[in-house]
Amino acid sequence: MTERIVRVASGQGFWGDSLDAPRQQVENGPIDYLMLDYLAEVTMSILQKQKERDPSMGYARDFVGAMDSVMDAVTERGVRVIANAGGVNPPACAIAIQGLAKQRGKSLRIGVVTGDDLLPRLNELLEQGHALAHMETGEPLETVRDRVLSANAYIGSKPIVEALSRKAQVVITGRSTDTALTMAPIRFEYGWTDTDYDRLAAGIVAGHILECGAQSSGGNCQYDWRNIPDLANVGYPIADAYEDGSFVVTKHPNTGGRVSVQTVSEQLVYEMGDPHGYITPDVIADFSTIHIEDAGPDRVRVFGIKGYAPTDKLKVSIAYRSGYKAVGTLVYSWPDALEKAQLADRILRERLERLGLHFDEILTEFVGASATHGPLAGDAGRNAPEVQLRVGVRSDDRATVERFTREIAPLVLNGPPGVTGFAGGRPKVEEIVAYWPALIDKTVVQTHVEIV
Amino acid sequence: MKVRLLDIAHARSGDKGDTANVGVIANRPEWFPLISRELTQARVTQHFAGMINGEVDRFELPNLNALNFLLHGALGGGGTLSLKTDAQGKVYSTALLRMVLDVPDAEARALGLPSA
Repeated sequence: MTERIVRVASGQGFWGDSLDAPRQQVENGPIDYLMLDYLAEVTMSILQKQKERDPSMGYARDFVGAMDSVMDAVTERGVRVIANAGGVNPPACAIAIQGLAKQRGKSLRIGVVTGDDLLPRLNELLEQGHALAHMETGEPLETVRDRVLSANAYIGSKPIVEALSRKAQVVITGRSTDTALTMAPIRFEYGWTDTDYDRLAAGIVAGHILECGAQSSGGNCQYDWRNIPDLANVGYPIADAYEDGSFVVTKHPNTGGRVSVQTVSEQLVYEMGDPHGYITPDVIADFSTIHIEDAGPDRVRVFGIKGYAPTDKLKVSIAYRSGYKAVGTLVYSWPDALEKAQLADRILRERLERLGLHFDEILTEFVGASATHGPLAGDAGRNAPEVQLRVGVRSDDRATVERFTREIAPLVLNGPPGVTGFAGGRPKVEEIVAYWPALIDKTVVQTHVEIV
Repeated sequence: MKVRLLDIAHARSGDKGDTANVGVIANRPEWFPLISRELTQARVTQHFAGMINGEVDRFELPNLNALNFLLHGALGGGGTLSLKTDAQGKVYSTALLRMVLDVPDAEARALGLPSA
């Protein structure tokens, strides 16, 4: 008898990832679950703005296309889909998917997870004494309360498990943690309990490896990057999970990319904080206990993970309006490209000063010389073929930022020579939606599962 | 002997608010002790002087032959507030790999380290 495997495939690492990956994951080989992660820190606020304009919106629209491309696999072959595509409006997302199913003449059982959205309850929560203080600065939320756009608790695996146990073929959540989307189906299949901390932690580690899509299967990999094969046809990662909590990371045969100890290790350290305490709603995973080994071509075995009881808090993702910004760029060419760009920057700043414009921040970077590595980059010298002057400003006052955007183009005619690269037109003024991480008592967040 | 970190390790970085993390992984397990010894909290703090305005935290992950550094105040406010090209700290990884290590010749030979 062969050992049982639960096969979870990653088909989306963020909203805007490959539109084709979900289909490839169901077509290029057998899988049990397709996991699609659409939400990044600021995505919720974008979706909230869309919902304000149209109450039937507020979810990741790309998911409709993804479901269209995998519909047959779900209805004919029993692949189940788990996605946090619901954003700030999971019920509307479910309606859209039901509409699609109907149009395709299919019947679909969808589990809708809600309860993470705290925006309607925000005043009540603050009145009850939940300060929702900023996790890094300690400031109380009151300081930005009138500018809050969205507030969602990161919720864990349990409502997804409930939806699966009620035979949902597709589970749509709002702000589930990225890792729960992978851990939940594994936990459901093997019946792991709330205190099965080691195995829950293993599921979280599998989730961390899968949550950024191809970033664990050869994408953005520094190790041996030249020789990673056929990234044009990159295979997204798959976790083959065993009952003991161990799992093998792999990808479908005849796809590009690579799954190796190096590609997986790079993803394991991505966005890592204190490795001993990777906190999730279900469990605290200790990344210093992860064992990882080569298990054949494009196969990496991960095992031995320890987990601990979770905290009594949930993290809350709050988005608030925080002024305006704009970034202007010009390209200066050889000879003395950097020196010309530096002179242009001085001229620009003097003009802004004369106009009496004051910014909360003004930042100049010289792309091609020092923009990303600062002083570590060393001297660009006089021979750089070109240097891009990149000036960004930020202010609470839109008009101030708007005025800045008018001061870039004139430099082409009235500043230093050898300048080009202004085809894109005047810089765009962007409203800043900033991120406010906070904690809240678990007991005040109740999730609900509805089957539609 | 001068050894480039770039030649003996790989790295990936990301963001959490205004903090960038850099995970650096030894290319070979036998090179990890040397990397761990050389990449002290003080050395990495010094390396990033002028690029970050906060502290550096250092964590060891011998199980992955890796170290994890948290660079606080590295992202110009972080997330959407940041005006930086690298607002999400994606290439602090390669910035760390610019480091050059001074390794005793005998040790470098014994470990088979590529010379800078």
